[in-house]
Amino acid sequence: MSTAAAHSPRRIAWTRRRRAVSGAWREYRHHRPGMIGLGILIAVVAMALAAPLLADPSGLHVVTTTQNAAFASPSDFGGLGTDKFGRPVLTQFIWGARISLLVGLAATILAVLIGSVVGILAGFFGGKPGGALMRVTEWFLVIPFLPLAIALAAILGPSVKNLIVVIGITSWPSTARLIRAQVLTLKERDYVDRSRALGASDWHLMTRHILPNVSPLILANTTLTVPIVILSEATLSFLGLGDPQNASWGKMLDDAFEAGAVTLQAWWWIIPPGLGIMLVVLAFTLCGTALEEILDPRLRDRRRA
Amino acid sequence: MTLLEVNDLHVTYAAGSGAPVPAVRGVDLRLDVGETLGLAGESGCGKSSLAAALLRLLPSGTTVTGDVLLDGEDVLTMKPGRLRAVRWTELAIVFQGALHTLNPVQRVGDQIGEALRLHAKGGGNVTKRVGELLELVGLPARRARAYPHQLSGGQRQRVLIGLAVACEPRLLIADEPTTALDVMVQAQVLRLLEDLQREFGLAIIFITHDLSTLANICSRIAVMYAGRIAEQGPNDKVFADAAHPYTRALAAAFPVIGDPAFRMRPSGLPGDPPDPRDLPSGCPFHPRCSEAIEICPRTPVELWPAGELREAACVHVSGAPVPR
Amino acid sequence: MSARLVTGKLLGSVATLVFVIVFNFFLFRVVETDPVGSLFRGRNLSQSQRVELTKQFGLDGSKAHQFVRYLEQTATLNLGRSYTTNQPVADEIRRKAGPTIALVGISSVLSALFGTLLGIAAAWRRRTAADYSIQGFTMATYAMPDFWLGMLLLTTVGVGLGLFPVGGIVDPSSDATGFAKLLDQAKHMVLPGLTLTLAYLGEYAIIMRSSLLDTMREDYLLLARAKGLRDVVVRNRHAVPNALLPVVALAAINFGLVLAGAIAVEAIFSWPGLGLATYEALKGPDLPMLQGLFLVFSASVIVFNLIADLLYSYLDPRVRPS
Repeated sequence: MSTAAAHSPRRIAWTRRRRAVSGAWREYRHHRPGMIGLGILIAVVAMALAAPLLADPSGLHVVTTTQNAAFASPSDFGGLGTDKFGRPVLTQFIWGARISLLVGLAATILAVLIGSVVGILAGFFGGKPGGALMRVTEWFLVIPFLPLAIALAAILGPSVKNLIVVIGITSWPSTARLIRAQVLTLKERDYVDRSRALGASDWHLMTRHILPNVSPLILANTTLTVPIVILSEATLSFLGLGDPQNASWGKMLDDAFEAGAVTLQAWWWIIPPGLGIMLVVLAFTLCGTALEEILDPRLRDRRRA
Repeated sequence: MTLLEVNDLHVTYAAGSGAPVPAVRGVDLRLDVGETLGLAGESGCGKSSLAAALLRLLPSGTTVTGDVLLDGEDVLTMKPGRLRAVRWTELAIVFQGALHTLNPVQRVGDQIGEALRLHAKGGGNVTKRVGELLELVGLPARRARAYPHQLSGGQRQRVLIGLAVACEPRLLIADEPTTALDVMVQAQVLRLLEDLQREFGLAIIFITHDLSTLANICSRIAVMYAGRIAEQGPNDKVFADAAHPYTRALAAAFPVIGDPAFRMRPSGLPGDPPDPRDLPSGCPFHPRCSEAIEICPRTPVELWPAGELREAACVHVSGAPVPR
Repeated sequence: MSARLVTGKLLGSVATLVFVIVFNFFLFRVVETDPVGSLFRGRNLSQSQRVELTKQFGLDGSKAHQFVRYLEQTATLNLGRSYTTNQPVADEIRRKAGPTIALVGISSVLSALFGTLLGIAAAWRRRTAADYSIQGFTMATYAMPDFWLGMLLLTTVGVGLGLFPVGGIVDPSSDATGFAKLLDQAKHMVLPGLTLTLAYLGEYAIIMRSSLLDTMREDYLLLARAKGLRDVVVRNRHAVPNALLPVVALAAINFGLVLAGAIAVEAIFSWPGLGLATYEALKGPDLPMLQGLFLVFSASVIVFNLIADLLYSYLDPRVRPS
């Protein structure tokens, strides 16, 4: 391997990035709440991935469980009891994790993707096109999210795919605004001017200069968007817009409520799905706050003070 | 008549993790009524901590030992009620006029008025008194309705000066009052302080890192380094013929207009001020000193007499026989 | 605060409202290609029935024609007819607005008040047990889905302990009037109100705490102490007003969230307001109802944003044009 290749600009940049990442990880390890969040997340994701091993999926279908007692408490039935149709709640909980996490992550990625693209374009290009993009973004920010999502979901119909799309296309504006602000400050930096003087194209500037510098912010924002998306999905599912074939935790709560679990005080049906949502939201919030503190130098001082 | 007497003052900040930070390590000061003292030193030498300690304004958890006798009364052991009464009426601070030194959402007139009302110095008509104070510092009375962000740096500094003299204190501490200002405005503010000092017979402690601003306003100068006084003496003597190498370096760091030799002379101080938690042994200045000799790292320095009413903490002054 | 500033912001809000009205139409009409067909899925309709129904629901004519008719009707506050009850949507909304205003209004105020107080307490006692427990509590309530909290309260306090009524706004068996009726309504509002308050105070506490922590490092607090003011006065007169600014900004955003949260919570407690109406309209889907509700929700958020925006300009002199 020649020395020239080892010190190519690309190689240097990647070494620097690797070192930055390992440095950030080292700091993250010291952040107690962040580590707790990470731990919870790993546990829940592991449970979701291992669902086929942990719980028999036939328990999700009404036809196979008719012989079970309905509304059986854990002391009678074991595990987390049964629902109105005799389906084990534990099985639904484990399999429901998949849907909640899937919609949460997929919708977040969609929202952050759209938001970042809009934000970078609006910030980079400024002027008329940038202004127009921001005007559209601001309008979407004013429309209250839930009524809009409800309207869209009602029209499109209840399915996992539709939920992902609906939440994704209603949650991008705040990301766009955040990214645009950052791009505006980055655009003023000297290296952008110098790069342009060397003849760099807009595309080159955006992908090689702006994007790597805005990535930490995108990462922190993504981690903090997931909780909002998960709560939104839970609410939409609870209102009846969730996919009945693929029940998320929110849908479980909808089923519980419709079946009268509240009046019958079937706590084993009510508590687990809500607790699951709460733990995942908490975990992502803790991780996101930790990431924000590590990546944003301003917040770091406050931690030490 | 002695107005302020500081004896063996130590200020140690508590650190979140790790060792406590000794910012002031045994300082003695004496100030008579109407006397002006300049306190000079680089950032981190402890001068601002010293100023804050005089009114017990340090964050909770900070250890302060020694005495601070204001007219015979020890500020450090006063009851909270007495302390709050003494603050601003006996001793006031002119802070550096940065944007956030004043409350951004309150009009400057109200901020001055607050002090007047608190100490009942309004004389029945606070608004009128506020107007008088603003005019005293060279601002039109109607500027009382302005918010801090609507004023220039120089104007904000004047407001802070007006605020400081509002309750007629006898001692004023000016903490870097001209640092953030450009040269023309600096001169105006310095002149204002001199005028007020003469008119009201104020005693002033003027804190700065820029030795040249002290030339006219102070009768005595004290130079601080690493939490201790390195040299003290009359203004003209300290300027013309500094006894401590650090003072010499400080004075040399600022250009003298019209002195052709200045350009040729090497100036500027190598190295950085020491970390208070990890001070050099013996004389704390020896690593950066151009006149350090073999015994400097081994000899604990104290303030030795260096002439009439002068002292310096340098072995070259101590009178003990040392190879020159 | 100049008249020009106020008019400027007012015009901005009106523009946004117009956008929402236009958007509303396209949302509900353009997406659905055969409203009558999908509404009456599975039923055989004769051609004349189809034409009649189409006319009745205002779905005849070209899209452009429909759009113009929609604009005219909206301007006169005619929001169409409900698919399920066949009553004018505007009337339904008028009837059900009251309970929602009461519930959301009181919950918003209480959550802002208690959230802010908790945030101040936590910041002032930072790094103590009080701070950590407040942070833990607020994080937990923030992470909970609001309707789940409602279900928990309902099951334990309502059904289990029987302390408060479990649904509706009045006791259907009683015929009380006047003050007694008001008391009955208040009793019914306790559980849903508590749910909404707890669900949203967390964010206020978190923002207030972090804002106050930032403010406490500012130099003007040192100046205030040096003047001789007591610590409590320094905090309340100097620190808190500055720290409140981001909280006011938050209140604008939060109102939209509380309103949205009310949809699920009203459903749980059968609170006869706009939220419950939305929940039921979803079952149809009763598109005119949803369209009307969407408009009302959006308009309320726009109005509230305007109020909060003006309030912020009043409180922070730095954002006013000089």
